[in-house]
Amino acid sequence: MRFIAFAAALFASCAASAQDVGKEIQRYRQMVAEGSPAELFELQGEELWKKAQGPKNVSLERCDLGEGPGVLKGAYAHLPRYFKDADRVMDLESRLLYCMSTLQGRSREEATARVFGSADRPSEFELLSIYIAGQSRGVKIEPGLSQPKEKASYELGRALYFHRVGAWDFSCASCHGDEGKRIRLQELPVLYKPQYARPVMASWPAYRVSTSQVITLQWRMNDCYRQMRMPEPTFASETTVALIHFLTVTARGEPYHGPGNKR
Amino acid sequence: MLLVVLLASAAWADPTPQDIQGIMQRDFHPRGQATMDRVVQDGVQRVCTDTRDRPPPDLAKALEADQMKTIVYPEGGLMGDWKRGEAIAQSGRGLTWNDKAGDPAGGSCYNCHELSPHELSHGTIGPSLRRFGSTRGTGPEVQRYVYGKIYNAKAYNLCSQMPRLGDSGTLSAAQIRDLVALLLDPASPVNE
Repeated sequence: MRFIAFAAALFASCAASAQDVGKEIQRYRQMVAEGSPAELFELQGEELWKKAQGPKNVSLERCDLGEGPGVLKGAYAHLPRYFKDADRVMDLESRLLYCMSTLQGRSREEATARVFGSADRPSEFELLSIYIAGQSRGVKIEPGLSQPKEKASYELGRALYFHRVGAWDFSCASCHGDEGKRIRLQELPVLYKPQYARPVMASWPAYRVSTSQVITLQWRMNDCYRQMRMPEPTFASETTVALIHFLTVTARGEPYHGPGNKR
Repeated sequence: MLLVVLLASAAWADPTPQDIQGIMQRDFHPRGQATMDRVVQDGVQRVCTDTRDRPPPDLAKALEADQMKTIVYPEGGLMGDWKRGEAIAQSGRGLTWNDKAGDPAGGSCYNCHELSPHELSHGTIGPSLRRFGSTRGTGPEVQRYVYGKIYNAKAYNLCSQMPRLGDSGTLSAAQIRDLVALLLDPASPVNE
């Protein structure tokens, strides 16, 4: 039903005059935001969280996401943060990778063989992210920013945001730098400003309607660098975590309301 | 002048662009045609990063003049075929790690600019180019400007967000000629 409405909205927007386009996009986005298959994936993520895996044949249930071993309530809203055991700042996905290694005894190579999934076949990280993020609904976003390594990570993320590089000379701010800009019809949030970062960061991870994919913030960083004509950032690397950290700090105070839908 | 650059970077850039480059060399890996030389900043990227896209005017002028020297004008006319130009303007392919090396790239023009009135799905990062030829004329000087601007936008505005489409090897001379026609040919829909 939603897809018929979606097709109708697209048709309407094609037929509309230029000044109506913005209104039609808004309407389409509202329809997309209502009701999300993300909830179905939360159940699959929960199964994975509890499933014994790896050489040690244990589940991730004792994984400490920052609130104590196995505590999921509010954990996502407080990431990225510094973890003493790993001596580094971690986002959800890098922390999950750490737990897969330390608790389950899995190699990095095996655990990261398929970090980004395909249409309606999400990866392990995507399902776990959806499930864990869902346990932070209503919790205010408050990533770590008191430890020296947290401050350094935030500063690195901010510098990365404005760092112009690659075959096309882009920085994040090339697209996400000025208000009211679009690529094609896609509006571009100015993510270094809190009022734009807040609603965006509070809705990741998400289900992407146009590609039937679950998408995470690690995927978002990866695909932005692809479009920037850069080489590939390594999954869960300091660079990707620092950018996610910078964006999440910019969004702090917003109650988490994902996982949601995206166009 | 150097002092201005140093002050500007001290005001915000900690860590420095040099630090960032080292971190990127560690945290990125080559994939497909996207090789690691791309994480190394050139002088333009470094100055624009250092000054948050507001280079001191003297420095900007000097570096723009350097960029101007990169522009190679082809033999013969600069006006190609606007119909082929429209297809190049529509395509956003090229140079990413999942584009096949050697396949012709597009100009990604509609991603940022309004051109033909028949294409409503256009971006707004760059200025509207509607009626570009009909308002600015189509003579040799305008042709030369448009060709040069597409070839290397940084020669005209050092910290422009527009890629150096010829200088980066994204578009061929023939493709840029077709884009010149899309903007300037009186028969092009851009000039309706």
